[in-house]
Amino acid sequence: MRILVNGVWREPGAAELGAVLEEFGYRGAVVSTAVNGEFVATEARAHTLLADGDRVEVLAPMQGG
Amino acid sequence: MLQLYGVGVGSRLLLGTARYSSPAVLTEAVRASRTEIVTVSLRRESGGERSGQAFWALIRELNVRVLPNTAGCHSVKEAVTTAHMAREVFGTPWIKLEVIGEDDTLQPDVFGLTEAARILCAEGFEVFPYTTEDLVVAERLLAAGCRVLMPWGAPIGSGRGLNNLFGLRTLRAHFAGVALIIDAGLGVPSHAAQALETGCDAVLVNTAVAQAGNPVLMAAAFAQAVEAGRTAYEAGAIEARDFASPSTPVVGTAFLR
Repeated sequence: MRILVNGVWREPGAAELGAVLEEFGYRGAVVSTAVNGEFVATEARAHTLLADGDRVEVLAPMQGG
Repeated sequence: MLQLYGVGVGSRLLLGTARYSSPAVLTEAVRASRTEIVTVSLRRESGGERSGQAFWALIRELNVRVLPNTAGCHSVKEAVTTAHMAREVFGTPWIKLEVIGEDDTLQPDVFGLTEAARILCAEGFEVFPYTTEDLVVAERLLAAGCRVLMPWGAPIGSGRGLNNLFGLRTLRAHFAGVALIIDAGLGVPSHAAQALETGCDAVLVNTAVAQAGNPVLMAAAFAQAVEAGRTAYEAGAIEARDFASPSTPVVGTAFLR
């Protein structure tokens, strides 16, 4: 399965969003996620299954005006 | 004391956290500004660098309230989704709602803005809409449930000051009980003072401080200007007039011709 994570194609071993985040280095990070433009809350990540071609956004606090 | 969605705020200066030369300068500028509210955003996080985590740790140490924005959003859907993501990460119902309609001026898309505000207010968000000084748009935003308005002074980052002072005065007079925060376009402390003198409740400044020669000093200058402007507003300014009016008493003037 290939998915787009923050604009980069990746091939995760897992299919659940929560596991994919851990696999890609986000363990314990304060982040918020969206899949295909839809917000996915933290508690929903464990049972959110990703499919080939999905677009995942992983956002964190950043400087802003 | 200024009330923003039921929260009492001591400082009438809100500070953006972007474009500082270093985290240390940002920290010192926030302290020098004496602000109680800083704006923040959400951006893509790398699982390797995790730079957002360090930034968030820094902000939490500052012990200030955060106002997340939806900067960069050009559609209602983007803005609403970003607001949901921000509420989860920052743990606040506050959202500085930006829906950009034009890239050269970063002018708000007021049609998208009012629609996004309607959706978010209905979902329990406390919306700070980045808007123009348009009275009808303001009316719609208030009808949508907004209790704060953030009209622009000038395009974001332009430093032009209050482009439409008449429009802002009209807005102030029309919506006397609504918190007005001038967002965007201020360049120097006198712009902030003018906004407060006009009766605006607060200003949000970012670039003018962050990109100043000495951001920490400029943050302090804006803090002073905001205090002076507010005090002047409370004192009640004289009306401007076209001709001179002698300040020294005329009665008793010596006849020495």
